[in-house]
Amino acid sequence: MGYTENELAKDLENQEYKYGFVTNLESEQVPKGLSEETIRIISAKKEEPEWLLEYRLNAYKIWLEMTEPNWAHVHYEKPDFQDIIYYSAVKQKKYESWDDVEPEMKATMEKLGISMDEQKVLTGTNVAVDFVMDSVSVATSFKAKLSELGIIFCSFSEAVKEHPELVKKYMGTVVPVTDNFYAALNSAVFTDGSFCYIPKGVRCPMELSTYFRINEQGTGQFERTLVVADQGSYVSYLEGCTAPMRDENQLHAAVVELVALDDAEVKYSTVQNWYPGDKDGKGGIFNFVTKRGICERNAKISWTQVETGSAVTWKYPSCILKGDNSVGEFYSVAVTNHHQQADTGTKMIHLGKNTKSTIISKGVSAGKSNNSYRGLVQIHKNATNARNFSQCDSLLMTDECGAHTFPYIECKNSTAKIEHEATTSKIGEDQIFYCQQRGISSEKAISLIVNGYCKEVLNQLPMEFAVEAQKLLAISLEGSVG
Amino acid sequence: MSELLNSTEINIINSNGFEGILNEKLKSEALTILETIQFPTTRTEAWKYTRLGKISNKKFNVQKGDISNISKFQISKEATTLVFVNGFLDSSLCSSEIPNGIEFKSITNSTIEFGKNLKLENEIFHSLNTAYATDGVYIHIKANAILDKPLQIIHLLTGEHCIANLRNVIICEKNAQAEVIQGFFTENAEESFTNVVTEIIVEENSHLILNKIQYEDESCYQVSTEQVDQHKNSTFTINTITLNGALVRNNLNIEVNGENCTTNLNGAYLLKGNQHVDNHTLVDHKVAHCESHELYKGVVNDKATAVFNGKVFVRKDAQKINAFQSNANVLLSDDSTVNSKPELEIYADDVKCSHGSTTGQLDEEAVFYLRARGLSEKSARKLMISAFINDVIEKIQNEEVKLFVIQLLQERFDWEK
Repeated sequence: MGYTENELAKDLENQEYKYGFVTNLESEQVPKGLSEETIRIISAKKEEPEWLLEYRLNAYKIWLEMTEPNWAHVHYEKPDFQDIIYYSAVKQKKYESWDDVEPEMKATMEKLGISMDEQKVLTGTNVAVDFVMDSVSVATSFKAKLSELGIIFCSFSEAVKEHPELVKKYMGTVVPVTDNFYAALNSAVFTDGSFCYIPKGVRCPMELSTYFRINEQGTGQFERTLVVADQGSYVSYLEGCTAPMRDENQLHAAVVELVALDDAEVKYSTVQNWYPGDKDGKGGIFNFVTKRGICERNAKISWTQVETGSAVTWKYPSCILKGDNSVGEFYSVAVTNHHQQADTGTKMIHLGKNTKSTIISKGVSAGKSNNSYRGLVQIHKNATNARNFSQCDSLLMTDECGAHTFPYIECKNSTAKIEHEATTSKIGEDQIFYCQQRGISSEKAISLIVNGYCKEVLNQLPMEFAVEAQKLLAISLEGSVG
Repeated sequence: MSELLNSTEINIINSNGFEGILNEKLKSEALTILETIQFPTTRTEAWKYTRLGKISNKKFNVQKGDISNISKFQISKEATTLVFVNGFLDSSLCSSEIPNGIEFKSITNSTIEFGKNLKLENEIFHSLNTAYATDGVYIHIKANAILDKPLQIIHLLTGEHCIANLRNVIICEKNAQAEVIQGFFTENAEESFTNVVTEIIVEENSHLILNKIQYEDESCYQVSTEQVDQHKNSTFTINTITLNGALVRNNLNIEVNGENCTTNLNGAYLLKGNQHVDNHTLVDHKVAHCESHELYKGVVNDKATAVFNGKVFVRKDAQKINAFQSNANVLLSDDSTVNSKPELEIYADDVKCSHGSTTGQLDEEAVFYLRARGLSEKSARKLMISAFINDVIEKIQNEEVKLFVIQLLQERFDWEK
């Protein structure tokens, strides 16, 4: 994997959150607070069509009626929705080409390890990126090359303008406005995000990726991602995110919708590294995300996530297995340290016949953190021969952290087979001892053991991400020897 | 008092002049709570899968009943037996001799402290029980007493729309050993309701086994709560066998308050018709060096629904805990439902905890294998079901109880002998 022990050692020296810097770029913001007026301003700024404004206002009305849910196993101070800036965009001229991009912006991307330079990229990795800073998409690479194949990959606002029929057809079909509190909020105030459409029978030749960055103070990030894979197509989609270090809690409430039509396959990978707050639990991002995919006949959706950041994570990437023979997968590694809290898992809704789902969830808790798996496996009456396998393991590093498992298993069909198993245990002292005996320090031994423990999930990630994820794991668990 | 009764919001009980037996302070506390709370709906997490409409829409009467022959309800012939009919002790049916070293009698007029660990807030059935309990059993096993015969309590329900609110207390003192058998049966009962709360204290170094058999009529309801307080070096085993009843809810709350304890929870449920059986268990490991083993198995047929919610709680500093939980279900028909929710909530690191849950059906290949060897399809399936459920039945050490359960299974599912 090209990642050596020396590199790991070097990374470990870098104890601090690496992405905690702020980029100084002039930005344009709407005043704090949420009202119909704010929504109209956002919509006007984005030059949106009437139907989208209607959609937003409707969502806002629904949201006003809703109350914030509190069933999750997390404790946090509820965000004040009037104290958030809902729109913040870097003041930009329209970038005609890569050369127009400000040097500060380029430097930011470089620091984050995102390469937009297509020439350079071609020789190295092969990933098309859409970069979203605060509320808007800054740049998208490889657009031309992808469009040769008929693939549409652009920012959400661009899609609204150029492909309204597609956006109109699929937006809100997987995550309806009424779905939950934060999905409704997102539907009302979302500012940008990525849109991707893979035409019939096309296998996307490169990884598509979105990079989310929160930069400005006091803002919330509300983006929307919509991936539509038409019949028989394939796409692998990556998502990464970081934010500056601040004492305040910033809110990130995104909606991700995946549509896999007949015979299509979507692989969606996330490496989530929002700023987790400091050692005493001050600051950090609230990550309240609704992610869901719908599978038509013979389709497959695979979620892979590595969750290392955020002060509070609350998300359940789910699959609705609507079509017969469809497949849903969920692979997750969630690492919490210091005062982080995570309540994450998945929902597998089996509606079609012969549907299959696999859930592999690995939790690692360190410091004073709490890490919960919460999952739902629901077999409906007509889901004949449905099959589910779930495995949820938790690893505890200190005596002050917590690991919890809340699986919900609901079965209404007598031909279904459902298995669920979960274990919780401490990191093996004998394993650490074994490594130490062979000259590996306990810190490195832990990183080695944790990486081995998470391997099943990390193996699902695309190569470049896997390396990144391994480094992240080591850094997140820095100094966590119990 | 009766004025107070009428003012309650939840007015499902017509007490017919019978007053609750618990002390006035507790009763009025419970009644105050009843005035403020409602029946839980499926929006309440603990009742997510169980609708209470069948109970909350009715009005139940407190009234004495009369049953003359209890021979078919005797789980164990050798056991010392107390019989309750509709929530009142029927002394004519009870054993006349009580062994030495124990108290085994009606709870009326006892001066013990009730409800020390029992939550009343938001627990409507606990509050109803505390306010309206008409009787119950008081078992006090003195220090060092080792009982050679089990103690048996038979709860009978008879009549239409009757309610039995029973409050039991079992105290097992230091170094004592005992086995208690609890049977719930009905005779000519229709849409009647048993609401039983049992408070159990297992003191240092003592061993208590509780075998619970629920076999009430297909139209009857039962809500049953065991609140257990385990002290150090003790062992507590409970076997819950549920074979009949329209709506059965078991709340098993076990607090492990001492080190080196072992807790065993076994349960079997075989359902058919429109039955709904809900097993909620909670093992709360508050201190270090303890073990708990949980095994629940169920077979669900027709339009029946089974719910399992098992929770293992390991508190901070409760190190070296081994907690294992397993739930397996077999669905036999397309209209049957299983909702399983095994939970782990762990705040200590040096523990070994696991849970597993499976839902499936009989292996068609195994059925074929048996049929190829001359068994009819029906008997092949029976064999496989009984083998599946036997894992739990085998945990019952008392041969008499085990045989009685097998007999009930044969009677209820007309399995050949």
